[in-house]
Amino acid sequence: MSFLEYQLKTVPTGGAKVLHLNWALIVLLTTIASVGFLMLYSVAGGRLEVWAEPQIKRFILGMSVMFFVGFIPIWFWRNMAGLAYGLSLLLLLGVEFFGSIGMGAQRWIELGPLRLQPSELSKITLVMLLAAYYDWLDLKKTSRPLWVLIPVIIILLPTALVLIQPDLGTAILLMGGGAVVMFCAGVSWIYFGVVIGLGAGAITAVLASRGTPWQLLKDYQYNRIDTFLDPSSDPLGTGYHISQAKIALGSGGWAGRGFMQGTQSRLNFLPEKHTDFIFTTLAEEFGFVGAFSLLCLYALVLVFCISSALQNKDRFASLVTLGIAATFFFYFSVNMLMVMGLAPVVGVPLPLVSYGGSSMLVLLAAFGLVQSAYVHRPR
Amino acid sequence: MRRSARDTDEGARKVSRRALFLGGSMAAVIAVLGARMRHMQIEQADEFRLLAEDNRISIRLIPPARGLIHDRNGKLLAGNEQNYRVIISRDDAGNVEDVLSRLTEVLPLSNDDLERAKKEAKRRSPLPIIVADRLSWEDVSKVAINAPALPGVSPEFGLSRIYPRDTDFAHVVGYVGPVSDNDLAKLEEPDPLLQTPKFQIGKIGVETWMEGVLRGKAGNRRVEVNALGRVMRELGRQEGDAGADIRLTIDADVQNYVQARMGEESAAAVIMDVENGDILAIASSPSFDPNLFVRGISHPDYNALTENDHRPLANKAVQGAYPPGSTFKMVTALAALEAGAITTSTPVHCPGHYEVGGRRFHCWKGGGHGKVTLERSLTESCDVYFYDIAMKVGIDKIAEMGRKLGLGIRHDLPMSAITDGLMPDKAWKLERYKKEWLLGDTVNAAIGQGYVLTSPLQLAVMTARIASGRAISPRLIQTIGSEVTPVETAPPLGLNAQYLNAVRQGMYAVSNTQRGTAYSSRIEEKNLRMAGKTGTSQVRNISAAERARGVVSNANLPWDRRDHALFVAFGPFEAPRYAVAVIVEHGGGGSTAAAPIGRDLMLRALSDGIPPIGAYPAAQRNRIETMQRGLILRDAEGKPQGSSRA
Repeated sequence: MSFLEYQLKTVPTGGAKVLHLNWALIVLLTTIASVGFLMLYSVAGGRLEVWAEPQIKRFILGMSVMFFVGFIPIWFWRNMAGLAYGLSLLLLLGVEFFGSIGMGAQRWIELGPLRLQPSELSKITLVMLLAAYYDWLDLKKTSRPLWVLIPVIIILLPTALVLIQPDLGTAILLMGGGAVVMFCAGVSWIYFGVVIGLGAGAITAVLASRGTPWQLLKDYQYNRIDTFLDPSSDPLGTGYHISQAKIALGSGGWAGRGFMQGTQSRLNFLPEKHTDFIFTTLAEEFGFVGAFSLLCLYALVLVFCISSALQNKDRFASLVTLGIAATFFFYFSVNMLMVMGLAPVVGVPLPLVSYGGSSMLVLLAAFGLVQSAYVHRPR
Repeated sequence: MRRSARDTDEGARKVSRRALFLGGSMAAVIAVLGARMRHMQIEQADEFRLLAEDNRISIRLIPPARGLIHDRNGKLLAGNEQNYRVIISRDDAGNVEDVLSRLTEVLPLSNDDLERAKKEAKRRSPLPIIVADRLSWEDVSKVAINAPALPGVSPEFGLSRIYPRDTDFAHVVGYVGPVSDNDLAKLEEPDPLLQTPKFQIGKIGVETWMEGVLRGKAGNRRVEVNALGRVMRELGRQEGDAGADIRLTIDADVQNYVQARMGEESAAAVIMDVENGDILAIASSPSFDPNLFVRGISHPDYNALTENDHRPLANKAVQGAYPPGSTFKMVTALAALEAGAITTSTPVHCPGHYEVGGRRFHCWKGGGHGKVTLERSLTESCDVYFYDIAMKVGIDKIAEMGRKLGLGIRHDLPMSAITDGLMPDKAWKLERYKKEWLLGDTVNAAIGQGYVLTSPLQLAVMTARIASGRAISPRLIQTIGSEVTPVETAPPLGLNAQYLNAVRQGMYAVSNTQRGTAYSSRIEEKNLRMAGKTGTSQVRNISAAERARGVVSNANLPWDRRDHALFVAFGPFEAPRYAVAVIVEHGGGGSTAAAPIGRDLMLRALSDGIPPIGAYPAAQRNRIETMQRGLILRDAEGKPQGSSRA
């Protein structure tokens, strides 16, 4: 279905669009971001100006971006998908050459006063291009090998670039988000089965070859894999961080230690307490009640997105909404699995809560797309 | 591209099916997350809470203030000095090396200190780095003023031991030092205090023997620490108990005089109360500064002490075992009298030598003394008289008397390596050398040579027992905290008073009759007069050939081959108060090297301040006065003064 087929009379125009926005989603996002402000205020030892204030400013900026994106008809964004993807690839290449060194990996590019992480941007542009691709593609060709190869290449290009940085967390999110769009577009189960099977096989081969004459990796690489999979084998490095994070989380108990009373974060036992590990402080200070509530808020965002996608008859709109929901899901679930010691430590922030400009802006822009899809849905 | 309505519907249905499947998968993962939260935060909450508390709370010991040591008049002998150290906490400093180099511009840091601090900085430890210890208030102020340029640097306050009368009490009070692995290994259940950094314990002397009393009990404080071990706030505090103060029987001023009077001689002296055994002074020279050891003595300083042939580190007053020489003659005389072998008037003829079993033993006076009785034998120290009476009474009786008078037995004082001395008898020789006791051995023992060994402390006890007729034991600790060490009235020795008096009379004659060996060291002042006995003990054998040629005089011998000079005395003679024992190692004759010192010490003990010049014989006063002026004594604070005139 192309925008020409929309019965344009039924699509709200101008100021009326404000009334047709998904306000529940906006309230939800603001609530989640507010939890973030509260926690950033707490981990800064009760100081607003350290992290909370810049974060609030970014949120306001992000919200403006969301409204802006949301007001522009979704078919415009579909037409922009290829351009956006190309631009984000260029930026990713840019950090390879001009990127600043931050956190041990090349992730930023300085654009005047703005410090941009192109890897964040590429998560959305990838989803957009894939959705546009499947909107364009004849349904019958969806599962044909050649037409499956193209989206795979589309996914692997940015993934490869972020892996070079190296940023494993973003690579996982890119592949996850891309795969979900392909999956929802109706690509045959067989492909997913084969990829999962091959991946599992490769991992088994690498691990099984250890210590045999045909060992596939060097010994030090195996050691790295060991500490990656089991941080407690490196109690002074990552293991220390993970065990401290688990202590913070567990010691929160049912109702937590109270706002600004978390000893683990206040006494600096927690690593990266304002970014990737901020969830542990929330869990410590507000306990199971607080942590579970945040999880429910995230789940609600997914519910809104998925139901909005289900109701939307526009293929691009629903695929983009699902892709963004999936990316959002991978964000918080990988982060939570990581800080709760269920997954290896890869650098993935808690969406809308962790301190960080790029991911906040990009996520809100993405929800702008969700809004646009919602506002301009065929009625 | 246009699609048919059928296609569109089918596509939308597929998306819906897949989206529902996706939603279901997400719900499953979210359920896992929720379950994990529940497991950690509800089921394992107590466990993690405990771990969090472990992280947060640290128990720190508060070292107690060490007990002070005073002399009998309350003068401070060992005190605690406030001292400051500078520490760096890693998390605040950032680049420790940078901060250190800036710190050197403010503080006089030695290269050793710097190297150590840099090494410590490389270690991954939560404890702050101690950069410099024992800083003055001025240095600490400088650090405080420059605080903005020195992130993470902070001064810390502590107590350290100080000995204001340094060399005077090195051997008595001793010193403290850092706890060694050796110290820890010796203890079964070491006080956790000992493992705190920079803690010091007694190493020798009263400091080590009274360690249990002086140390006190540690307090503790519960503190909240951050991840880097820095104390954020105090949660609770339990004060410890300071160590108990100790008061010694020693008079610091008398001790100071004794130490000064002995000067650089290798000597030792003891002044003891004959009534209750209180040690008024106990000194060994040369001495050393115990403060050096508290701070950690340097190698050159330590080598200088160990290589000195006068052995400054040895406490000769209790550790040194010397042949007592003629100062032993009272023992032989009393043994013979008590055994009934002689009476006070039994005469002995001295031809200048005495033959036993084909060997000839000489009297110090080649020509002999002629007819000698007890009093004259002591006065002129006739050796042959004692050879003779010793043969009559036998060694076992002499040894028994020696032990009765406190020789050959250990007197317990809170001091290190106290010697037993040696009071030989037949059984001892058989046991030790598997040989029969020879008559010649008895002859040698009779004049305090041969196997007999005594310490200056034992000689002082012997003299005190002769003076009082009671079994006086030495006492060094007067009070511990508020508790006074009980003074028991010593039991009588059970010696015949008449015999004791005869021996005392003989000793009086030594110091106060013209023919007495200590006459030149007499006291003119009548009610201060003392009774003494000189001794000169050989440290080498004089061969028959040398005797034929003429004995080489001490002045012509190398220092370490010369005779030891000894002198014991009690006084005042009429109503004895103090016993004095002096030994000057390789000093030559007892009457010339030891007796003058003994007299000065006796007069110092009996008078309040410098011995009154009027107590000395008129002819000696000029010389004595010059000598007294030359002594460097201490003022009330313990600071050395240029001369005693002030």
